[in-house]
Amino acid sequence: MRTTVPVIVAFLSGFVMVVSFFFNPDRTFIGRAQDVVLQWVTIVSGFTLVLGVFSIVRVNGRAVVRRTEDWPFKLATVISVFAMAIPAMLPVSTTSVGGKIFYSILPQSWGSWFGTGTGSIYDWLFNFVDSPMMETMFAMLAFYIASAAYRAFRARSADATLLLLTAVIVMLWRVPMGEAFLRLFGDSIPDYLNTFIMNGFNVAVQRGIIIGAALGAASMSLRVMLGIERTYMGKG
Amino acid sequence: MGESLSFVQHFEIWLRAYLILSLFSFLYRDNVFYKLSEHIFAGLSAGYYVGLIWQTVIIQQLVNPMVDNGHWWLVFPGILGVLMFTRLIPKWSWVSRVSLAFVIGNTAGIYIISSLHGLIFPQVASTILSLDTGNGFAGTLLALLVVVGVISTLIYFYFSKEHTGLLGATARVGIWFIMIAFGAHFGYTVMGRISLLIGRAEFLYYEWGGSLSQIF
Repeated sequence: MRTTVPVIVAFLSGFVMVVSFFFNPDRTFIGRAQDVVLQWVTIVSGFTLVLGVFSIVRVNGRAVVRRTEDWPFKLATVISVFAMAIPAMLPVSTTSVGGKIFYSILPQSWGSWFGTGTGSIYDWLFNFVDSPMMETMFAMLAFYIASAAYRAFRARSADATLLLLTAVIVMLWRVPMGEAFLRLFGDSIPDYLNTFIMNGFNVAVQRGIIIGAALGAASMSLRVMLGIERTYMGKG
Repeated sequence: MGESLSFVQHFEIWLRAYLILSLFSFLYRDNVFYKLSEHIFAGLSAGYYVGLIWQTVIIQQLVNPMVDNGHWWLVFPGILGVLMFTRLIPKWSWVSRVSLAFVIGNTAGIYIISSLHGLIFPQVASTILSLDTGNGFAGTLLALLVVVGVISTLIYFYFSKEHTGLLGATARVGIWFIMIAFGAHFGYTVMGRISLLIGRAEFLYYEWGGSLSQIF
C-alpha cells in the first residue's frame, strides 16, 4: 500500500504524458489530457515549494525558540521570509471574496502595497534588498574564480595548457582592449575566434554533453515510470 | 552632481550600499555584518518564491478557475498538494509519497518525450545536416569540426568499455575538445562575474558617492 500506490500513480501520470504526445490535442480526449495533467502537476509542485519554505521557517523557528547558537541570524531569516511572502499573499483585488473581507478592515489605498505588482512591498524588497545582494553574491565569485584559476591554471600538462590558452584568448576577446590587441595579429582573428572556438569546439562539446545527458534522463525516467527507481520515496 | 535626491531615495541607496559592503566584507573574513545579510538574503529568496507561487499558481491556476469558472475538478490537485504537508507528520508522512509520485512520474513522462523529441533527435540532426550547408570551405571545415567534436565527446563519456586502442584515441581527442570548450566557458563566466563586480563598483562610486556628496 505505502509503496505500491505511489508506483502506480507515478506510472499512470507519466504514461498519460507519453501517450498524449502521439494524439492530436484538438480532436482527441487523450491529446487534451496532456494540458490538464500539466496544470495539475504545476499546482501540486507549487505546494511542494511552499512546503519547502515552511520547512525552512520551522527549522529556523525552532532554533530561535531554543536559543541555539546564532539564533538572532535565524530570526532574521524567519522575519525576511514573512516580510517578503505575507504582503505578496494578501489580496490585491477589492472585488474578490477575500479582498472584500480584507478591505472592509484595512483602507483600500493600501491595496497597492500587496500582491507582487510594481510598487508593492514584495517588488520593493526584491529591487532594493534581494536583487543587489544576489548581484553582489555573484560578483564575489569573481574573486573566488580568480583564486581558483591561480591554483588550477598551471600549465602542468597539455590538457591544462589548452584550457588556460582558450580561457585567456576568450577573456581577451570579450573586452575592447583585448580585441584590439588580437587584431594586431590579423584583422579577422576575433571573427575566427567566434567561429571556431564558440561555434565550433564549444558547440560540439555542448551537443555531446546534451545528447549524453538526454539519453541518461530518458533512461532514468523510464526507470522511475516502471517503478525500478524508487529513491524519491525516501525511507520507510 | 545630479538632481537632488529625496529622503526615500537616499535611504534606498544607503540600504543597497550597506548590503553590498556587508557581503563584500566576507572577502576579509566571516563577520556579523556578512552573517546578517546572508541570512536576510536566504529568507527573502525563500519568501520571493512563496509570493511568486502563491500568485501565479495557487491563485491564478487553482483558486480563480475554481471560484470564477467553476472548474471544481481542480480540487483534486489541490488535495494532492495539501497531502504534501503530511510529510511533516511522521506517522502519516507516507501519504505525501502519492503527491510526490504524481509529480515525479509526470516529470519522467515529460522527460522521455522531451529528451528524445526535443533534444537527442534535433541535436543529432543539426550535427549531421550541418555537413550539407554549402557554406564553402570554412563552413564545411566548421561542420566537420562539430561532427568530430560531438562523436569524440560522446565517446569520452562512454565508460562501459576501457578507453584503449581506437576508443582511447578518440576519447583523447574528446578531452582536447572538452578542455577547449571548458576554457571558453570559464573565460565567459569570469567576464560575466567581472562585469557584475564592475556594476557593483559603479553603483558605490556614482550612486552612493552622489548621495554622500549631497548629504555631506
